[in-house]
Amino acid sequence: MSLLADIVTVVAVCAGALFFLAGTVGLLRLPDSLSRLHALTKADNLGLGLIVLGLLPQAGSVLAALKLVAVWGLVQLSGVTVAQVVAAALRRRDGPRP
Amino acid sequence: MSLIDILDIALALVVLAVAGWTIAARDSFAAAVGYVAYGLMLSLVWLRLSAPDVALTEAAIGSGVTGVLLMTAAVRLRRTSQSGADASLRTATRIAAALLCLVVTGALAAVILAPVDIVASLAPAAAGHLASTGLGNPVTAVLMAYRAFDTMLEKGVLIMAVIAVWSLADDRAWGGRAGPLSRGPADGALGLLTRLLPPIGIVVGIHIAWAGADQPGGAFQGGALLAAMALLVVMTGLVKAPAVASRWLRIVIVAGPATFILAGSLGFAIAAGFLAWPAGWAKPLILVVEAFMVLSIAATLPLLVIGPPQRPPAGRDTP
Amino acid sequence: MSEFLAVIAGFVLLTVVVGLWRILRGPDDVDRTLATQLLGTGGIAVLLLVAAGTGAGGAEDLALGLALLAAFASVAFVTGLDASDGDGPGAP
Repeated sequence: MSLLADIVTVVAVCAGALFFLAGTVGLLRLPDSLSRLHALTKADNLGLGLIVLGLLPQAGSVLAALKLVAVWGLVQLSGVTVAQVVAAALRRRDGPRP
Repeated sequence: MSLIDILDIALALVVLAVAGWTIAARDSFAAAVGYVAYGLMLSLVWLRLSAPDVALTEAAIGSGVTGVLLMTAAVRLRRTSQSGADASLRTATRIAAALLCLVVTGALAAVILAPVDIVASLAPAAAGHLASTGLGNPVTAVLMAYRAFDTMLEKGVLIMAVIAVWSLADDRAWGGRAGPLSRGPADGALGLLTRLLPPIGIVVGIHIAWAGADQPGGAFQGGALLAAMALLVVMTGLVKAPAVASRWLRIVIVAGPATFILAGSLGFAIAAGFLAWPAGWAKPLILVVEAFMVLSIAATLPLLVIGPPQRPPAGRDTP
Repeated sequence: MSEFLAVIAGFVLLTVVVGLWRILRGPDDVDRTLATQLLGTGGIAVLLLVAAGTGAGGAEDLALGLALLAAFASVAFVTGLDASDGDGPGAP
């Protein structure tokens, strides 16, 4: 059982780290702000989400696990809003894209 | 050297690099963003140093509230002055500033590098008397029991800061509200966030303040989170900034220090003197004082960010 | 397991730090704000990984606090722009 939990942790945490890598590469390499925003939201949602998922089997108590999920939920809420708001601000500046 | 040591060294180098870059950045907004990044990294460092209380404070105050203060200041400054302020500085002024910096840095370095007798740590004594305070968190015991006088004066400093900010107000605007921080009440995604987040933030903030008695947390950290939530609803225009003439606002600001002084004076009646509390009384008194301090901190910090009143109070004509 | 989590924490820290390059270069204030957003999320991830690896106490509450503040800087940036009579984000 513990082995199974450890496998879940390793797989999910590694996958989450990859999404962070993807987010950073996108932030650095993509040509314009809207595309970078697109790359960033992947790291926010999936990167942290998978890492939280991977850490759940290692959590000491149910309360600690619930706090982990709450952290992910809050970041999710913030990430979504920031993406919307920043995109709207960009659109006001540049006008609708062709 | 284990992997975690390598991680610690990397973290320390990153903090130094971000700090250096923040100082060197020419654009004030970029520097403010760098400062937010620096605060985040520093709070990780505090956690690695097994000081979660300080990490929480650094995250909420250093990175959160101060970061927003600096960012709004940078945006406002950019609006008012297009020319760089540094162009107007004379060479003599620059040299004088550089010399002053060198003297201060040299003095600090001399103090730190000077050989000192190692003072015996007070930690065992602090931990030994923990039971008499009724608290489980030694940090809170130091702040609220052993060094309560210092903490009380710190809260006085916060009130001074609010008075200093308010004193920048125009005569006509005195008694009124701070200028609008946004175009109007936020709608759409931002409106949803500002309606969803504060209730959760209030629960977490009170939890952190309450848990501070026995675990990492405390009045300042909890109050700072509440302040961040208050700032959020004011920034997005959902709630108007309070008028500085309003009585309840002033009562909330002084409630914490006033309760502190009252509770301290109670020491004359029930124990040896000011802020002296007998064992059975310490914890309930500390809890009452902390509750009011949370309130005052939550009100004071946003007032520092939203700035002096700019709009005349309602019912008075604008000349 | 704790060694593994430390390695991953170091890796995420590295990617986030490389992302700081965006704060440095800009070119736009929007890009700088995006970089802080990534840094905030990455910082929370590093914090959770390190805490799980070393068993440091108080990390969950710290992470909750950071998560509440995650959108704070970006919201301040955008509302600050809106208040400044409609000059677009990152006007020089």
